[in-house]
Amino acid sequence: MNLDALFLSLRLALCVSLLLLIIGMPLAYWLAYSNWRGKFLLESVVALPLVLPPTVLGFYALVAMGPHGPLGKLWIALFGHGLAFTFGGLILVSVLYSFPFAVQPLVASFEGVDRKLLNASAVLGAGGWRTFWRVILPLSLPGVVTAVVLSFAHTLGEFGVVLMVGGNLAGVTRTVSIDIYDRVQSLEYGEANRMALLLLVISFGVLSVVYAVNRRVWTPWAAK
Amino acid sequence: MLAARIRKARCSPGTPSFLLDVSIEVPQGITILFGPSGAGKSTLLDCIAGLTRPEEGRIEIGGDVLFDSSRGIHLAAQKRRIAYVFQTLALFPHLSVEENVAYGLNNLEQEKRQERVGGILAAFRVENLRKQRPGEISGGEKQRVALARSLVTEPGLLLLDEPLTGLDAELKAAIVDDLRAWNTAKRIPILYVTHSREEVDALGECVLAMENGHIVSAGAPMEVLDAPRRKKLAQAAGFENLLNGIVLDLRETDGVMRVRLEESACEIEVPLGYAVAGDRVKVAIRAGDILLAVERPIGLSARNIMEGRIVSLEQRGTLVIARVDCGALFVVHVTPGAVRALGLAAGRRVWLVLKTHSCHLVA
Repeated sequence: MNLDALFLSLRLALCVSLLLLIIGMPLAYWLAYSNWRGKFLLESVVALPLVLPPTVLGFYALVAMGPHGPLGKLWIALFGHGLAFTFGGLILVSVLYSFPFAVQPLVASFEGVDRKLLNASAVLGAGGWRTFWRVILPLSLPGVVTAVVLSFAHTLGEFGVVLMVGGNLAGVTRTVSIDIYDRVQSLEYGEANRMALLLLVISFGVLSVVYAVNRRVWTPWAAK
Repeated sequence: MLAARIRKARCSPGTPSFLLDVSIEVPQGITILFGPSGAGKSTLLDCIAGLTRPEEGRIEIGGDVLFDSSRGIHLAAQKRRIAYVFQTLALFPHLSVEENVAYGLNNLEQEKRQERVGGILAAFRVENLRKQRPGEISGGEKQRVALARSLVTEPGLLLLDEPLTGLDAELKAAIVDDLRAWNTAKRIPILYVTHSREEVDALGECVLAMENGHIVSAGAPMEVLDAPRRKKLAQAAGFENLLNGIVLDLRETDGVMRVRLEESACEIEVPLGYAVAGDRVKVAIRAGDILLAVERPIGLSARNIMEGRIVSLEQRGTLVIARVDCGALFVVHVTPGAVRALGLAAGRRVWLVLKTHSCHLVA
């Protein structure tokens, strides 16, 4: 079994889901509470990866990251090497690709917090920051868990964008899904099956956590 | 003392447009804001608390200006030092009673905070619930906790938006007593919103009656509510009988006028109002102000005696609601004992007795 590919995938998924949590929270907060009328435009951008084929996203990412692209140039100036076909490049494109999986559950759960509680917090003297940490976030925990787990699972299973931007470099960009594709191409069905089964089991386990949280089979705080 | 002058239009899609235009002064102690739902009571409270921004006006508490449209002042809600207990109470479901109450005391040191929380929990008799969550305590307890949470911050004003809805009268009275006891020491203005006549009577010091975004009358409960000049207010204040009529004649020397009730031969005497013969008026009468007799009464000072027939009797708890047809239909409240003693039943011939001053003219 190719454990290198598995660990690479897990490492990628972990980095991506944590990054998405950090970027996604302020964005989701803004999407949930802003009164700006043009909000729908940003919502559409966030949802784009759901409908675009991975090749389209991968193609533009590759062009941007290439030695003549704006990102590629910047990266070379900063670190002395290009971004395409590196682990860093893979993280970047995966973050873009899994964006809706992190942001949408966060927006939904922030919006689900009773506005009266936010008003109560304000009249009790709490500013926006304190209200977020003491009220919004604790009451949005299922959404946060969903966001992290979905972006983790989605990154673990992605194939198209990784192939476009990462290529197939063992230990650097060869993730489990690519490895499985390789095995099938070279008719190593037994090995492909083992990896595929492993991915299936992990994905199932991870999704079970999401649905258990949302069905309140398991809640991070005492039930009402 | 709170002084507020507020103008605010509401034009959100799907709801009728609406203009809140009031000027109020709330001294120390309890002032009741009374009016039917949709009158703009909650909007007014939201404006005072800083949750909504009025288009125009000025709000100040004891000299501190919280809002002044002409000077561009609009203090954020969290800086106003106003306590606001919502109708839904809005206790934080994920925090214990103690944590809920301590929420507004973020700036105090641990020791002081404990002391204040302990004191207010005792004042509102909920010390034993410290570790419980809002989901685990009763409705009355939640209301006490919500009051404690708001008042522990030592606010300059307390806004209460129908906080005691759904509690029985005894529990309500107990909570109001604790609130009064607390306020004898603090002496802050309290603005108490309700649409329940019962609560007005229980709390009654000073009443502001509100309708359609305007304050329509102010004063002691008796003055404001017992002479309702507006129809909606009459219904909200518990006038079960609201009858249309035409003024027949005015008898200025007697201080009365005669009114014929619509589509009937019923003529009643009502106090003199701003009307001339031929005017259409509405007459409001409380069901509890009407006497019911099984024989034609004689030798009474009451001027209005009408013969009719009982249409139906309906018992609700210790109250029997009788509908009597005298040409016009009247609702009369009697006790179950009276029903038994007089042998009242549907179809029975009865006389209704009405004092002139129990008939209120409503514009």
